[in-house]
Amino acid sequence: MNRSASKGSPWPPAPSAESPALLRTSKLVKVYRAEGVTVEAVRGVDIELAIGEFVAIMGPSGSGKSTLLHVLGGLEPATSGEIWLRGQRVDGLSTAGWAILRRRHIGFVFQFFNLLSNMTVADNVELPALLAGATPRQARKRREELLAELGIADKAVAAPARLSGGEQQRVALARALANEPSLLLADEPTGNLDSSNTRDVLRLLRRAHAGGQAILLVTHDARVASLADRVINLFDGTVADDAKIVPIPRTVNGVGDVLELRG
Amino acid sequence: MRQPLLALLAKEPAHGYELKLALEQIFGQAYASPNIGQIYVTLKRLEQDGLVRSEDVEQTTRPNKRVYELTPAGRQALRVWVEEPSEGPRIRDEFFIKLILAPMAGLADRMSLMNTQRRHYLGVMRHLTELQAETDPADTTARLLIEGAVLHLQADLDWLERCLEELV
Repeated sequence: MNRSASKGSPWPPAPSAESPALLRTSKLVKVYRAEGVTVEAVRGVDIELAIGEFVAIMGPSGSGKSTLLHVLGGLEPATSGEIWLRGQRVDGLSTAGWAILRRRHIGFVFQFFNLLSNMTVADNVELPALLAGATPRQARKRREELLAELGIADKAVAAPARLSGGEQQRVALARALANEPSLLLADEPTGNLDSSNTRDVLRLLRRAHAGGQAILLVTHDARVASLADRVINLFDGTVADDAKIVPIPRTVNGVGDVLELRG
Repeated sequence: MRQPLLALLAKEPAHGYELKLALEQIFGQAYASPNIGQIYVTLKRLEQDGLVRSEDVEQTTRPNKRVYELTPAGRQALRVWVEEPSEGPRIRDEFFIKLILAPMAGLADRMSLMNTQRRHYLGVMRHLTELQAETDPADTTARLLIEGAVLHLQADLDWLERCLEELV
């Protein structure tokens, strides 16, 4: 990490070749080859995410959005192209290098929660902090704060399997935020939740973003996407659209002109 | 506008402004509040049709107010309305017609039409999620009204993605 800007350097910082973006990709490509069949899942994607920005990735199924997220989180290697995180080029990192980078800078939330089933909720949330070198006392304090904030403090000693889907996803969110990552990556975080649990997760994402958390998430749920500053639409492995969300002001015809009560 | 007013009057007699306030209070801020003129015109027509009747009630400090109540014919009309099934909401097909016809005329390509439309839907969705966040969770009616709009809009977006998959 060559980000020393906060230590005595003039403001604004002098222009440099280093990208000011939190995350940036250039001509990113991911090709799967299996049994003689080649699938180009991501075909030359250039995206950028600013510090503290919330971006949603949408697109039809098979458009490459989950693959893109997994490559950006180092869960799968890129075939070619560049990934820059916090001014550092990371696409060439080894598996171990990615693991360390994720521990410190990337939180991941999955559709199916992926909690460790043989550990308590508390241990699930404390583990990433302990792995990153926090003392047990620090890890515990952070865990208590997070579970309280997410409204599941009373579930600390429960096994994940005893919780509802919505509660499990809140635990997963707590775990992802435990190390105050620079970037939160989420893959369909509400894809497996009912409408009231979705609302809870939306509220938590909104609060995390308001607190300065940068978020990049893949979703087909427009409620989730509508919270983002910007929506990128993928189609066939390429960026088909990339635009800020502009709220449509209230109209006279009812609920945003979608539903008009008659009678 | 006729049936909601009849339904409110079936509960108790009221004057025009009370009816407007009642509708706003029941359905919350997501509801398109009718203007007071529209309510008075509707009440007048209901009275001509014999479904409501009215009388002036004297007030000491203000002008008299006209209080409306349901007639037996009004109660019967209301019962017919309540018992018959209602038409579902309109299908938003204007965009689809544009999507099919505009490229034929060489006026636009489908991808950019879809991008424009998706941006619009997401902007409306943002408005609805903000409204949802502002709405008291205990206000079930208002919450469900917004949720209905959210679900319809999600269906519009899903349909857009289907069009993208098949047409581009």
